[in-house]
Amino acid sequence: MMMIFGIPAPLLFGQLLLGLINGAFYAMLSLGLAIIFGMLNIINFAHGALFMMGAFVAWMLLDYLGIGYFPSLILAPLIVGVFGIVLERTIISRLYKLDHLYGLLLTFGLSLVIEGLFRNAYGSSGLPYRIPNVLQGATDLGFMFMPNYRGWVVLVALVVCFSTWAIIEKTSLGATLRAATENAPLVQAFGVNVPRLITITYGAGVALAAFAGVLAAPIYSVNPNMGSNFINTVFAVVVIGGMGSILGSIITGFGLGVVEGLTKVFYPQASATVVFLVMIIVLLARPRGLFGKAA
Amino acid sequence: MFGFSRSQSIAFLVMVALIVISPFVLYPVFLMRVLCAALFASAFNLMLGYVGLLSFGHAAYFGMGAYVTAWTMKFWHLDAIFAIALGGLTGAALGLVLGYLAIRRSGIYFAMITLALAQMVYFFCLEAPFTGGEDGIQQVPRGYLFGFIDLSNDMTMYWVVAAVFLGGFLMIHRIIHSPFGQVLKGIRENEPRATSLGYRTDDYKLIAFVLSCGISGLAGGTKALVFGIATLTDVHYSTSGEVVLTTLLGGLGTVFGPAMGALIVTSMENYLAQAGAWVTVIQGAIFMICVLAFRRGVIGEIANWRKLTL
Repeated sequence: MMMIFGIPAPLLFGQLLLGLINGAFYAMLSLGLAIIFGMLNIINFAHGALFMMGAFVAWMLLDYLGIGYFPSLILAPLIVGVFGIVLERTIISRLYKLDHLYGLLLTFGLSLVIEGLFRNAYGSSGLPYRIPNVLQGATDLGFMFMPNYRGWVVLVALVVCFSTWAIIEKTSLGATLRAATENAPLVQAFGVNVPRLITITYGAGVALAAFAGVLAAPIYSVNPNMGSNFINTVFAVVVIGGMGSILGSIITGFGLGVVEGLTKVFYPQASATVVFLVMIIVLLARPRGLFGKAA
Repeated sequence: MFGFSRSQSIAFLVMVALIVISPFVLYPVFLMRVLCAALFASAFNLMLGYVGLLSFGHAAYFGMGAYVTAWTMKFWHLDAIFAIALGGLTGAALGLVLGYLAIRRSGIYFAMITLALAQMVYFFCLEAPFTGGEDGIQQVPRGYLFGFIDLSNDMTMYWVVAAVFLGGFLMIHRIIHSPFGQVLKGIRENEPRATSLGYRTDDYKLIAFVLSCGISGLAGGTKALVFGIATLTDVHYSTSGEVVLTTLLGGLGTVFGPAMGALIVTSMENYLAQAGAWVTVIQGAIFMICVLAFRRGVIGEIANWRKLTL
């Protein structure tokens, strides 16, 4: 058996893949948080709950309506995105004139309500979601066996992250969005409907979280706590990367996933805390975050 | 008295009277829970209400205080007063280290950093051998105060908790109304201006954070002593969320608000104990209502209505 640094290669690569998968979720979630923060100036604490909702909607579509994984990958983000738009229009939009902290508190309350409701309805033990037949099995890559579904998750996450990046950085809609982030009143003066742009942004950010939720459903069991388990680490990821750059969020997300995976191989006890330790180092060396703009 | 205004003096006397009378009417153990929660929320309010920084990880200091008090009571058989004091010191020491990191950013980042650091403390407690992992530290003896006052009696324990609460409460009040506290409020209102006047704002913020964390640790230690248990729940982020809710509901930036909030939230949990997961839903809903329509909180609304400072 091949050994690397005294570690069997399959173990090392296996953990690296697991790290990449976690990283994919960190990247997608922190990306959504960064986009929403850019436009709405609130930290969407409900992001984890909406991620969980994505997974649950996919489960419900399959269980109640017999709609499979691939249609769910489109439908669940749409449904949750619409839910997000309703939330933004009815509740969140009332807070724009207030201190940013109120947005955080409101969405925190929202996440408690959503998670509590799902816990009441489905318990917290978790529901299984089958990997679709096409993606079952594993591929021999020569140095390790890769479960097909895990490879698919990393691939899809990369595609989604970079498409988001391309939309924001390379299209005219993205340009408007960036301009509105910079100076909303001025963009409004040019005749752009900024409130609608804000609503769409929130919907899109939430849909991204739900999409990640559907991807996560077959890997982790679908349970009401799956979002809050992730979201605290995602906040650390956001602090490390800084919310200034889209590409920065993606790189930081994947990078920290890999760091976490490697820690699991070399010093498993610290694997849960390593992201926070990285955060501390970044705060000491570069408080604004790796890709953040100066405050 | 202690820099209280007239209305505050009256409110303080009412509060003391309630603390003295209520154990003869209500279950003392429940009241002790309220007092610990009230002290914790008052400490938290020092940061959010008077420095304007939202710490979303105050459970870390509360919980570590609880663990240290429980551990020293159970294994070192310390006098209760030293065990509680050690809980407070633990909170303050942890606050010094984590606060030093967190005050490097302000606003929304401060909230996220404190949350993340508290999550790190949670994972540490989950792994570290001395916390007992999922079981926590159980069957902690209440022991003796000053070597001769037996605390196993609920009423005796109650008076000690009441004294700790009042001591902490007056200390916080004293901090807020000192020249130091005035500078804190100045920083809350306009930090660049405070800097331009020559105040080292970071030092002020850090000192306030350490004080707040120390008193949180004190509250945690007292709680551990009363219930004879310190568990992962004490360091969990839901506890951090609860203290935010308590303070918000009672009245942010008011002296008596956190105590009022603690009374409401603890009673609610007590009566809804059978409702299971609905407690979370109701708490979340109250959170949203507070933020949307009730930002002054109970005490804040009363103060605003009667044009008083409370």
